Amino acid sequence: MEICVCVKRVPMVGGAIVVTADGMDVDVTMSGFTVSPHEECAVEEAVQITERLGGTVSVLTLGPPDAAGQLRDMLALGAGRGVLLETDGAEWGPVATAGAIADAVRDGGYDLLLFGNEAADTGGYQVPVRVAHALGLPCVTGIKRLQVTGDGDPSGIVASREYRGAEEVFELPLPAVVSVKEGINLPRYPSLPGRLRAKRATIETVVPQPGAEGLRKAGLRMPEAPGKGAQLLGSGTEAVPALVGVLDDLGILP
Amino acid sequence: MTVLCLLETDAGGGISDASVRTLVVARELAASAGADLAAAWFGPTEAADAGVLAGAGVTSAWAVGPDARYAPLAWARALSGLANGPAAPVSAVLAAATDHGNEVLAHLAAISDLPMAANCVSAAATAPGEFRLVRQRWAGSLLEDAVLEAPLAVLTVAADAVPAEMAGMTAQPDAVRVEAYTPELADGDQLVMAAESAERRSGVSLASARVVVGGGRGVGGAEGFAVLEELAGLLGGVVGVSRVVTSEGWRPHRQQVGQTGTKITPDLYLACGISGAIQHMAGCQGAKTIVAINTDAGAPIVSKADYAVIGDLHTVLPALIEAIKARSER
Ligand SMILES: Cc1cc2nc3c(=O)[nH]c(=O)nc-3n(C[C@H](O)[C@H](O)[C@H](O)COP(=O)(O)OP(=O)(O)OC[C@H]3O[C@@H](n4cnc5c(N)ncnc54)[C@H](O)[C@@H]3O)c2cc1C
Ligand SMILES: Nc1ncnc2c1ncn2[C@@H]1O[C@H](COP(=O)(O)O)[C@@H](O)[C@H]1O
Repeated sequence: MEICVCVKRVPMVGGAIVVTADGMDVDVTMSGFTVSPHEECAVEEAVQITERLGGTVSVLTLGPPDAAGQLRDMLALGAGRGVLLETDGAEWGPVATAGAIADAVRDGGYDLLLFGNEAADTGGYQVPVRVAHALGLPCVTGIKRLQVTGDGDPSGIVASREYRGAEEVFELPLPAVVSVKEGINLPRYPSLPGRLRAKRATIETVVPQPGAEGLRKAGLRMPEAPGKGAQLLGSGTEAVPALVGVLDDLGILP
Repeated sequence: MTVLCLLETDAGGGISDASVRTLVVARELAASAGADLAAAWFGPTEAADAGVLAGAGVTSAWAVGPDARYAPLAWARALSGLANGPAAPVSAVLAAATDHGNEVLAHLAAISDLPMAANCVSAAATAPGEFRLVRQRWAGSLLEDAVLEAPLAVLTVAADAVPAEMAGMTAQPDAVRVEAYTPELADGDQLVMAAESAERRSGVSLASARVVVGGGRGVGGAEGFAVLEELAGLLGGVVGVSRVVTSEGWRPHRQQVGQTGTKITPDLYLACGISGAIQHMAGCQGAKTIVAINTDAGAPIVSKADYAVIGDLHTVLPALIEAIKARSER
């Protein structure tokens, strides 16, 4: 199986998100960078599949030169090849991102393109579907269980997720586009040999052309946090009568 | 002009909470554009109560069939057919930002060569083909003011955008007429189609539960959840957990609340042994009331909750259960 996994470099958010003075970006001067847990799970899933069936896992990202760091993190988890679609660091929208990814993977001979369900920062919920349409491939999103079918010669997948209390199962022929969610597996920690290999690996670089975007960011701001500061009901069991009173007022007691 | 909403129906003619939220945001958008409000769903004409739709301000509605099985591309094709056919002219298509809503509208945007904005909390028309949106980034920890330029706005509405209640939404006797609509599908539109597996999980789902009893690292281990389960059972609710709990394997991931788990919108979220990290709060900020039980009065959750009890959850919860039982036996 030849698998390509797309990951996005995003700031690592600790205690709080800070917006820059001009209100246009997230302040990253103090932060490290990472990828979404969904995407890390996508890489883990790809590595597990190739461990069973053979083949290579490529990881691809569109981002600034430093995004090579996130590719190396993924190589350390067992991916074999890293591709950087290098930008000047300006934010690309989902339409242009999908176009550039589709161009980059079109002739790659991939059986499976894996994505995260949504990017951790912008949460566009669309890049995988757009890539699928650009390439004429079947697609399913939000997957939490994935199985490759076809004896010896992988020919399809069975993918499922839970929706409104029921399990939805999809069967897709390969090649296909699938986006996954955290919970599909537990990603491994990088091994020491993995880290060393990742450090030495060459990253293939391509410079894509930005395109037009119908959705334009005008500014970022924090939601009005009620920042309530809880009313203390007391300590330990002595708080229970007050707690029962609160539940009673909410009308949820049996 | 028309603003068209894709609705998810509940058994018994109801509309899902997520779809009611979609209607609330769509009604504002329609008002700003001087447009009518229309609704569509997949299933029989009687699947949504026409009186309730009228009460919500819907003036026309389509039930798409006869094949209503979930196939994301076919559903997108049907919405496109409606927008360019019987519902035309349409200025916006909205759906709830659920797995289905996001997926179907992404297909609609891709086949129509249109931009799409996911997880909107509000939307208004500012000029023909121009919209002002507020949408969530970082799962709602951050808001983006955005301008959308498109002949047709394709929008999904965040699970916690607005309360699932509509002022003046009472069933109207002069119900809207619901027409059946059969879409023209292209080859391969139903290639990807959901089969529902036999194992249907019964009971209340986390996303729609009225009461969620949350447990975090402070629960201490898989066994510790028995007392949370008991309380949830007593209150007709479900258990939700933090990411630490699922990555430790104490509980399955489908119970995770937060950015990479489920967004919950209960009347009560009782967060026990949870510190209140930003990624966790992103999943529960739509709760009407948050009560924290935590040993540490300095934990972030204590400043973000409405009420707090400072103490060990393993002594507070059993005492609470006893008190509730004693009360209902009275
Ligand atoms: C990209 C990303 C996505 C994430 N997505 C999610 C997500 O979807 N959901 C999520 O939950 N997290 C998510 N996280 C993780 C998040 O940052 C926190 O690490 C996590 O929520 C912490 O879980 P916790 O509150 O259970 O544990 P801790 O932070 O360790 O807090 C445990 C709390 O329990 C209290 N406590 C201990 N013992 C007791 C006791 N006996 N009685 C009462 N209180 C006690 C402690 O005082 C403490 O406040 C994400 C992180 C990242 C980077
Ligand atoms: N800049 C990027 N580089 C590589 N993959 C990306 C990028 N942006 C988005 N993706 C992929 O597309 C998925 C969905 O992103 P989005 O539609 O932007 O929410 C992500 O989880 C990634 O797998």
